[in-house]
Amino acid sequence: MIKPTFGDRIMIVSIYIFLILLGFVTFYPFWNSLVISFNSGQDTMLGGVTFWPRDFTLENYQIVFQDKRLLNAFLISVLRTVIGTFLSVLVTALLAYGLSKKELIGRKFFMIFCLLTMFFSGGLIPTFLLVRGIGLMDSFWAMIIPTLVLVWNMIIFRTFFQQLPKGLEESAKIDGCGNWQIFFRIVLPLSGPVIATLSLFTAVFHWNDWFFPSIYISSENLIPIQTLLRQVLNSNTVTSQMSQLDAGALAHMSNVAKVTGKSLSMATMMVATIPIILVYPFVQKHFVKGVLIGSLKE
Amino acid sequence: MKSEVITKGIKVNKKKSFFKRYFGQFDLQMMVIPGLIFIFIFNYIPMYGVLMAFQNYDIFEGMMGSEWVGLEHFKMFFSDPRFLEILRNTFVISGLKILICFPAPIMLALMLNEVKNMAFKRTVQTITYLPHFLSWVIVAGFAMSILSTDNGSLNIALEKTGLIDESINFLAIPEYFWTIIVSTNLWKSIGFASIVYIAAIAGVDPQLYEAAALDGASRFKQIFLITIPSIMPIIIIFFILEVGNLLNAGFEDLLILGDSAILRSVSDVIDTYVYRVGIGSGRYSYATAIGLFKAIISVGLLTLANYIARRNGNSLW
Repeated sequence: MIKPTFGDRIMIVSIYIFLILLGFVTFYPFWNSLVISFNSGQDTMLGGVTFWPRDFTLENYQIVFQDKRLLNAFLISVLRTVIGTFLSVLVTALLAYGLSKKELIGRKFFMIFCLLTMFFSGGLIPTFLLVRGIGLMDSFWAMIIPTLVLVWNMIIFRTFFQQLPKGLEESAKIDGCGNWQIFFRIVLPLSGPVIATLSLFTAVFHWNDWFFPSIYISSENLIPIQTLLRQVLNSNTVTSQMSQLDAGALAHMSNVAKVTGKSLSMATMMVATIPIILVYPFVQKHFVKGVLIGSLKE
Repeated sequence: MKSEVITKGIKVNKKKSFFKRYFGQFDLQMMVIPGLIFIFIFNYIPMYGVLMAFQNYDIFEGMMGSEWVGLEHFKMFFSDPRFLEILRNTFVISGLKILICFPAPIMLALMLNEVKNMAFKRTVQTITYLPHFLSWVIVAGFAMSILSTDNGSLNIALEKTGLIDESINFLAIPEYFWTIIVSTNLWKSIGFASIVYIAAIAGVDPQLYEAAALDGASRFKQIFLITIPSIMPIIIIFFILEVGNLLNAGFEDLLILGDSAILRSVSDVIDTYVYRVGIGSGRYSYATAIGLFKAIISVGLLTLANYIARRNGNSLW
């Protein structure tokens, strides 16, 4: 092996230093929020809480887990993620399987029909008016049905199905299996990795989406956790900006609002983040694979 | 005799063929029908709905009964007092994102490629991929927390090092907004966006490096002479996509972080303006016209970028 030059050594050392800094900058906000969420609200107000809780308490989490509105929002998010992911993956995979069959009548037309939607869309307002027009407004299904078929996922599924060995399906056909039986009994069991990857992406989308509920849902008991969190954080910024503008008159009022404000909102944020962080280490590999499947098609 | 029967048989078969064939594979057709119906309803009906950009859309009359006004809403947008400001914000924010958030993952991938300690490499990857999976609400929440005057870590750090005397409310000062938006986007996307480049670098022929090393090229030189040229086609393809998205300056990030009235003059881009005008004020036709204007320019930009790339031998289609 050739000895690294002096310049190369400097380069390697700077790379390590830079990557450590990057890791720190990425990780710090999580850690700091976690720390603040375990710190008592009144103590947080004094400032200076960074790497370690100064006045450790579980109080914030106790309040969060007693808040009915929040628990309900968490439940709605779970329901939306489970039902939305299941239905979306099912309908998308069925469509993809049908389109992977050469004998399907109208296959070319259907493909173009799907692909065009990747280049043209009606945009926000017409979609909003449609959802309102068909009576989905303020219903749980407004968060699930409009994004049920994801064309991008369909293409990935289809590419995968086309690469499956044909022999198994053909022998099943000879044994008298219909297309649906073949799909559920043979194709799906063979598609574990791709189903896992696409389900994960879909689930992350459903868990993280706060925008659609914010325009489609008005009932408080149907709001998912991310949308609720957005409302909570928003009201906090408003108070802090008010105090900035008119410190004297509003200081008292905003202080009252902030007594438990920041620590409590950090606890809420952690509750909304932790499901993703818990799942993440186990599925990281699938995520990476999914990106590579997707970008190969590009 | 025999051949006649056969040809007749074929003829009969051909006449009925479509329906026979269709119902012969009815179960297969039933698989695609639900998906196609959903695509039709939620993608194609809104495309037709875009026509309301040329109407004075009336929610009680619907598209059929509303009055046609031609290009009036487009003219209104061009003479909107906020038109130039919104266009500027769109291009500046998007341009800054391309300038900083596009090359950063490439540099990260190049750096990770030089790291020979696998455990360290994997740790950095695991940490930097994670923010991609957080919602903008959470990311913005982190940003608000770090930047706030209320126990915000940045203020604490600046005060401790003596750089400032009094806490700064960074999120209430328009001058800081673009920096904040680009930084949070960088924070969220750098790791995950590097995956594709890491994979591309892994595919570079190791013999090239060996040959270069024999010729006396340092690792540093090898990066510029071998690695970067090898992954150039992928960089160009992603760059084309990026330019095609020039008018997508961001949406959720700007809506959450730039929501306060003080920041509107620097945070409102075309997409967020469509949202505020359309959903917020209920001016559906006007908002749709603005959205359509953006869509048309976007298609033009993508075509142009692709044309330039094709002349250099790389192209999307």
